[in-house]
Amino acid sequence: MSSIPHDHAHDGHGHDDHAHHPTGIMRWVTTTNHKDIGTMYLLFSLGMFFVGGVLALTIRTELFQPGMQVVHPEFFNSLTTLHGLIMIFGAIMPAAVGFANWMIPMMIGAPDMAFARMNNWSFWLLPPAAIMLIGSFFVPGGAAAGGWTLYPPLSVQAGMGTDLTIFAIHIMGASSIMGSINIITTILNMRAPGMTLMKMPMFVWTWLITAYLLIAVMPVLAGAVTMLLTDRHFGTSFFNAAGGGDPVLFQHVFWFFGHPEVYIMILPSFGIVSEIIPTFARKPLFGYASMVYAVASIAILSFIVWAHHMFTVGLPAAGLLFFMYATMLIAVPTGVKVFNWLATMWRGSMTFETPMLFSVGFLFLFTMGGFTGLVLAITPVDIQLQDTYYVVAHFHYVLVAGSLFAFFAGAYYWLPKWTGTMYDETLGKWHFWAAMITFNITFFPMHFLGLAGMPRRIPDYAQQFTDWNMVATVGAFGFGISQLIFVWVLIKCMRGDGAKAPAKPWEGADTLEWTLPSPAPYHSFETPPVIK
Amino acid sequence: MSAAAPGATPSYYIPQPSHWPITGSIALLLMGSGAAFWFNQYPAGHWMVAVGFAVLLYMLFGWFGTVIGESQGRLYSKKVDLSFRWSMSWFIFSEVMFFAAFFGALFYIRNISVPDLGSLSSKLLWPNYAAQWPTEGPYLTAPFTPMGAIGIPLINTLLLLTSGVTLTIAHHALKAGNRGSLKLWLFLTILLGVTFLGFQAYEYYHLHHEYNLKLSTGVYGSTFYMLTGFHGVHVAVGATMLIVMFGRVLKGHFDAEHHFAFEAAAWYWHFVDVVWLLLFVLVYWMV
Repeated sequence: MSSIPHDHAHDGHGHDDHAHHPTGIMRWVTTTNHKDIGTMYLLFSLGMFFVGGVLALTIRTELFQPGMQVVHPEFFNSLTTLHGLIMIFGAIMPAAVGFANWMIPMMIGAPDMAFARMNNWSFWLLPPAAIMLIGSFFVPGGAAAGGWTLYPPLSVQAGMGTDLTIFAIHIMGASSIMGSINIITTILNMRAPGMTLMKMPMFVWTWLITAYLLIAVMPVLAGAVTMLLTDRHFGTSFFNAAGGGDPVLFQHVFWFFGHPEVYIMILPSFGIVSEIIPTFARKPLFGYASMVYAVASIAILSFIVWAHHMFTVGLPAAGLLFFMYATMLIAVPTGVKVFNWLATMWRGSMTFETPMLFSVGFLFLFTMGGFTGLVLAITPVDIQLQDTYYVVAHFHYVLVAGSLFAFFAGAYYWLPKWTGTMYDETLGKWHFWAAMITFNITFFPMHFLGLAGMPRRIPDYAQQFTDWNMVATVGAFGFGISQLIFVWVLIKCMRGDGAKAPAKPWEGADTLEWTLPSPAPYHSFETPPVIK
Repeated sequence: MSAAAPGATPSYYIPQPSHWPITGSIALLLMGSGAAFWFNQYPAGHWMVAVGFAVLLYMLFGWFGTVIGESQGRLYSKKVDLSFRWSMSWFIFSEVMFFAAFFGALFYIRNISVPDLGSLSSKLLWPNYAAQWPTEGPYLTAPFTPMGAIGIPLINTLLLLTSGVTLTIAHHALKAGNRGSLKLWLFLTILLGVTFLGFQAYEYYHLHHEYNLKLSTGVYGSTFYMLTGFHGVHVAVGATMLIVMFGRVLKGHFDAEHHFAFEAAAWYWHFVDVVWLLLFVLVYWMV
């Protein structure tokens, strides 16, 4: 975003540190500025979103008709595996960290993140991991093909693409842990005087809890893939029954990471939406304290529900019952959040600019994804639906229409603050409606396909599934193309092609970032503001 | 940058642009992809790992050198010091969770997967399998001797517990400004840590050659070596931290007020100590 005037903060202060800032590419490689790093996170995430999108569209192309059409089955397996890994670790998580980097210091009245240099490393670990993940397509044996969950024995038997994936996960895990330590420390130690924990913006709260979840579970994932690596190459028997181990052990360790991971991907989105809905309803967030407690409860419950991903592996009945009821419990705090958002909008003076459209779209579609989650939580139902397209529909409703829509909402909401230029409202509305309609054309039919018994991760299917697969594929291409509108909006903003943004373009907004000029100065708060 | 009056210690510290992070990223790219090549028998792999590791060491020296320079230059305020405390605590928590994955695996294997292999349905496959811990599983049959708690593990427990005490004495000496005592007790701590590692290496050698206990000795070998091995690596890292602290003490760094680096190394050392106690009970003693 070269339109940001970098020496903005020069006026009136002795900023000798600006004197030796590298320029050009080295500025971005060596930067210790939270805004530069946030920008890199967000652009990296957008790039990975399109890489993962191309993989998804290749999957949809293959599935347009029954029979083998375009790709080999082995390659199809790599496509589903890498689509999942790249979207989760390359697109959704870095986008959330990008928002955290940009917004948390501004929202709590700090000059930057607590550890600015480590912040740089957290970002710059991602490109090597991406190189290893994408590069694994070109090594002998191809990319990992055992699904993004890397279940043994498939992942133990596969070729070196799996090793590259394992090391990429180690590196991305290190990045996440460092990023999270940085975020927690920033929030706990760098708040402006007077900003007590219960006065923090909801986005900051959700990230505090997300970062805690990340520090708790990324090391567990590292342990799981390390056991995989030693089973593959050093003769250990963790997941090998012949040596006394158990493949199901991997699933337990993996999902102990994997379920909190689901909330890691959605909680920052909750935070973004909790900022936007009050702004455009022109009312304070309804039930702030209960929102905080709900997020905390979701985080705690997320540690005791992991085996609902494993209802078909042969758990004892007591285990099935426990994990079913624990999973359903999560609907309580989630319901608190949904009703609080609705109550915030109730009798508000609402306007529907693009951020609000995406937030309302999020609310509607995420709730649908939540309901299908409840359906899947019921053990006997899940035994029918395990590994069908119903599951695919469910988690795309919560991850695409949930996380991703909230990130789009956040991007439109804060682009004026980031670039100093208002985004194009007409294009934004086009983007929302195109995305909303094509998303549902793509994923809604998958509920029908799953209920009718179409298995996921298979390149071929029985003929009776053809119609809805064709519809889904058409929708998927529409969804992919509609994202180009966003790129167009983004380029226009970055080039300064649009109305100049005032410091506070949204009259209902009241968080600290709107007290700064647009675009925000290079260092946010030189002197901490005092919160009353 | 400074949020305070000129000359005063700034309450925030934002470092200059730095090339150390990207250096570390290149190192990890070389090591990660190199290891993938190496483990799949491609010739250049181990060279990539070696070069990557050299770059990583260069980065660690340079980055920590910079941080030490900044600390000695009194650029870190009380607020920054508190940030360091938060971050070290959370880092140790992440390490706890890493070990939790392996202890969890040990729990699962001992209480669920091995008993299941002795259950009625598994009898169809492996009728003669006893399913008792320690086990190398129903299929592997090379005889091995498990490692008990008496002997080297007990000595190592005493060594680590003692090192925790000596390190605390060194810390008190630092706070009292008694540099001679600080050097002596810190040196003793390092000596105890290195002796621990020596015993551990001897134990491994012994187990390989006389007990026929290897990483590939079924789940017992897997859990034994992965848990004790990762702990050993952490002891080595902790000892390296303490050696750096010793070097800094010799150069006259730290005073009664400013010595968080020393404290962080001490926290890490105590964490490693606690993990060992769990290992001693759950891996060696309850064999």
